[in-house]
Formats: sequence, structure tokens, C-alpha cells
Amino acid sequence: MIAPPPSGPVPWEQDFARQLLFDMLRIRRMEEKCAELYGEQKIRGFLHLYIGEEACAVGALHALEPDDNIVATYREHGHALVRGVSMNAIMAEMFGKRDGCSRGRGGSMHLFDAATRFYGGNAIVGGGLPLAAGFALADKLQNMQHVTACFFGEGAMAEGAFHEAMNLAALWQLPVLFCCENNLYAMGTALARSEAQTDLCAKAAAYGMPSMAADGMDVVAVHEATKLAVRHVRDGLGPFFLECRTYRFRAHSMFDPELYRDKTEVEQWKQRGPLHTFSARLKAEGKLTEETFLALDAKANTEVQAAVAFAEASPWEPIEDLLKDVHTPGATS
Amino acid sequence: MKMSYREAIRQALRGALAADPRVFLMGEDVGKYGGTYACSKGLLDEFGPERIRDTPLSELGFVGAGIGAALGGLRPIVEVMTVNFSLLALDQIVNTAAALRHMSGGQFSVPLVVRMATGAGRQLAAQHSHSLENWYAHIPGIKVLAPATIADARGMLAPALADPDPVVIFEHAQLYNLEDELPGDFQCDIASAAVRREGKAVTLITYGGSLPKTLAAAEELAGSGIDAEVVDLRVLRPLDTATLFVSVKKTRRAVVIDEGWKSGSLAAEVMARIAEESFFELDAPLKRVCSAEVPIPYAKHMEEAALPQVPKIVAAVRELLGK
Repeated sequence: MIAPPPSGPVPWEQDFARQLLFDMLRIRRMEEKCAELYGEQKIRGFLHLYIGEEACAVGALHALEPDDNIVATYREHGHALVRGVSMNAIMAEMFGKRDGCSRGRGGSMHLFDAATRFYGGNAIVGGGLPLAAGFALADKLQNMQHVTACFFGEGAMAEGAFHEAMNLAALWQLPVLFCCENNLYAMGTALARSEAQTDLCAKAAAYGMPSMAADGMDVVAVHEATKLAVRHVRDGLGPFFLECRTYRFRAHSMFDPELYRDKTEVEQWKQRGPLHTFSARLKAEGKLTEETFLALDAKANTEVQAAVAFAEASPWEPIEDLLKDVHTPGATS
Repeated sequence: MKMSYREAIRQALRGALAADPRVFLMGEDVGKYGGTYACSKGLLDEFGPERIRDTPLSELGFVGAGIGAALGGLRPIVEVMTVNFSLLALDQIVNTAAALRHMSGGQFSVPLVVRMATGAGRQLAAQHSHSLENWYAHIPGIKVLAPATIADARGMLAPALADPDPVVIFEHAQLYNLEDELPGDFQCDIASAAVRREGKAVTLITYGGSLPKTLAAAEELAGSGIDAEVVDLRVLRPLDTATLFVSVKKTRRAVVIDEGWKSGSLAAEVMARIAEESFFELDAPLKRVCSAEVPIPYAKHMEEAALPQVPKIVAAVRELLGK
């Protein structure tokens, strides 16, 4: 296991730091609105909020290039948004509307976007990992220098798919960044109740894969760790396992009564919330004023309002199109 | 030119690999070992380890990697040793490969070909002998092929690879040693059923490993003046029902021969389609010959008793015709 970069002053230009703060705000405000809209039954199905974990997606995705491939899970609103899928398209998807990024066929759990190489939105736990190995294999065989970043939770590490994909990636030295967002609970099952080995980086070591654990509540730590990991992968040195230690502030899904964890534990983690700790740090370092913070927050809220209006106005896909896109048009039969 | 089914598969693989640099073969023991059924023997030397890629025993992992590689611009042919082992990869095939296009609003096609051996007859017992083609034929978003002739073994791979969507190909393990003439033109579609023998008295509908048995049964029936038509489904999803309806309209009777178990079988689906669309063309109830509802046993006599066999097909036809 490689030691994460030391913490110190935020090692970024002011604009970049503010961009990452803004992206975390965009996710937070969007998802707070989603929870509200779920209550209003505008959004249905399963809705898994990322609130509390924003530093992971924001820190990691800002270390990747537009040509890289992103594979994510069903808790992927934040990843899609930071990757560049418009909030309008995400919100319309959650409404089930035609202008959604998956034309209303996927919903919250299945956001996809070809333009930003965002490959879901995979709601079978661990299902995205073999896919990521395949993307990386394709890149390697075609001599592309792309990185495939695969996000998953620690719950996925109990799945066979995790071990098979880790083995394939290490065996074939594929350019995959395995990014584990360890939020300590697989739905309601705590890490220690589901894993014999709770040191997740030790599992990477079993495949001879270098790894690093970063503080997933700290966007600086995640970004700096991801930069190192991405450099390793892009340089052709094989896959890398990055663990981001984080926490989900909200319930697993909107149906979760949260019987499995203490409120005091949640409150303790909230003290380390990625938004307020990072903005406080920037303020202390003179890179942010309260006024600027409020302006960024207002801008995020405006974007959310516009996205909701867009989703409301978007038409439903006609039922006549129900069977569309099961097969590729013009295919052989 | 006379050749084995195995050789026809090998030539199809070689042709595909030579024609398109994006094509590669991946699976357990496809390389150094030469393929469990020797279908890829010699290809490692010819195309190298990047394109004839041995995998660990990770069906879920390497089928999923095949999906990713297909999305990433390649044209993978993934070989799974048997349909029984493919159950370990069912998640990736059903939940990802088949669903991805629709679930993403039409953004991603998955040009993946999965080949696997299927079927019984080699005393391999209950974990290497099953016929689960109908499980796959149930799933929207994939195509399912069952080449049963030398020509189809040689010809079906190219259109499967050209198809932008996932295609699953079932090769019945009893067919690998089958020998026949390969026609000069083996190009074919992957959409239609084929009439393998013309007849007027009854339509025998089958696919895959049961085709040779069904043709043998038709031959025997011909000896006693019963003129059976044999239709090879070839494509198990989507079914070419038009060809079935035309044949049934002519013969007014149908028997379906399917190595799968009767309950929830492909035979059941074929019969239901005929009943829905051609009920009033029929002069007799539909019949079927399927495998006995038992995990395929090891002992030779028991295994043979469990499977559709020529005498059972002949008996079913005679019963239907009252002859």
C-alpha cells in the first residue's frame, strides 16, 4: 500500500479549488432537491443519494481526462454530473422523461451518456467491474492511453465479480483505476459484518496490485491520491486500487428506515462533511469568502431550479416507442 | 469439400480473425490447450496470445470483460466451455449485455458474440450436459443461434459478428464430430429457419443437436410411407415463425423435438406460437419430444433414455398420424 500524499495547505489555484467546491455544491443541492421531489412522487423507483460522499466523485473525476471511461454504480448522480452530463438530462431521467440522459428508460440507477464516456449506472452490485476490465482491455489492445475508472462500494468487494475483475486486470496489466468508495455499509450491513478482511487494500495486495487509502471526506486528499493513481495507470504500469474512506449521510435508499446504525455515528461523520470542511479550509487560507460561497451556492440552486423546470417540461416518450432500442436499428433481423 | 463441424467452426473463427483486426477470441483454454473441443486448435500460433486469449476460470469476469471490450471498440468472441458454466456469467449476459442498449436509451450497442457448447450424449452427467438454450431465448436484447449443419457452423459466425447486438451461439457437443460437405457458398442469414427436408404429412420442428436425429427419424418414416418435413429453427431468438406457419399450413401437423426439458421449453414456445397463429390449420393436436425431466444421468443407458432419440420421434409421429 502506498502512503497518501501528506496533508497541508490546499495545493491548488483558487479557481480550481472553487470549481471543486462548486461541483460538490451542485451534487448536494441537486440531491437535496431529488429527495424533495421523491416526496412529491415526481421521482419514483429507487433513489440512492450520495450526500456526504461528494468529495469522492469530485476529487476523483477531476483527475481524469475526457477520453477516459467511467463506470459507476446505482449511486451515480454525482459522478454523472461531475463528468459533464447536464443536470437537465439527469433530472429529466429521474422524472422518466424523454429528454433524460437514458430517455427515461433507466431512471436514477441507470444514468448513461455516450458523449462523456459515462457507462452507467450499473445496479447489479459488482457488475460494473468486469465491464471496466473489458474497456481497459480494448484500450490496451488498440494502443490507447485511456484510463478506465471504475467506481464501486465496499459492498461489491464481497462479490465474485470484484475478485474476477481484479484478477483479470492484474493478470493482463490493464489500465483500470478501481475506485472503492468505502462508506462502511453495504445497504445496512456494516463492513465488519460482511468482510473477513476489513483492510480493503489488503485485498488488492492479494492480486499484486498497488493501492492507496485516501480520506474520502476530503476532496483534496481524494484528488491528490487519484492523480497519483491515474499517473500510474496511464503510464502503463497496470491497474491501481484506490480506497476512499467516506460515509453516506442519508439512508441507503428512500425506503431505508436506518435501523442498523446509531444517529450519533451519523452525526459524528457529519462533523467531517466534505462541503463545510473544505469551504472552511479555503476561507482560512484566504481562497474563499463567505460572499463567494453564497454566490456559488446560489448558482448551484439556480441550476437545480432550471433542471427541475426542464424535467417538468420535457415530454413523455410515446408508448409506441416502447420496443425501440431493444436492438440496434438496421441490424440483421 | 467434406469437413467436420469442428473444422467448420475453426475455419469460421480463422476467417473472422483474418478479416477484422478488432476480432479476438477469449475463453478458458482456447489458446495453449487448443480449445476444450479443439475448435481453436492452431489459432494461437497463427494469431498470437493477444487475439487468442486464454482466460482464468472466471466466466462472470471474462464475459463481462467481453462486454466492456465490445463497448470499447473491439469485436470479441467469448467462448464459454459449456452452457452449464455459462450460468456463472448469466448476470453479465442478461443484466448487462442484453439490457444495456434499451436501458441507456439506445446509446450503446454491445457487439459481443458468446459461443458455448451445449447438450448431452457423452456421459458427462448433470453438470456438463444440459440444454438451456431456452433460458437465453427468453431474453429480449440478445439473439440466439443454434448452428446444426456444417454450413451453419461455418457461416453463422460472420453475420453474428457483424450484428451490432449481442449474439449467443450454441454448438451442440454431439455435433463436433459430424462430417458433411461444406457448400461453396456458406454465407447465410441469422434470421430465418430452414426447411432441411421437404414433406407433406407432418412438420418436425427442431434445432441444434436434435437435427440429425430428426432427419434420421424422417428417413425411417419415409420407409413406411410417411413423408415428414423437417424444419431447423437455426435462430432460437427471434423465432422465424413465418417459416413454421407455412410448413404447418402445408402438413397440418407438427411435432417439436427439443433436447431441453418439456416444462417451460423452447418446444413449448414453438407450440404456443403455432397454436396462436395456425390453430385452424391443424388437423391434429401438437406434439413434442423432449428430454425426461431429470438432471442428465451418467450411466449410458440412463442418459440415452433421458434424451430425444430416433425411435421416440418416430413413435410420436406414428401416434399423431394414427399409423
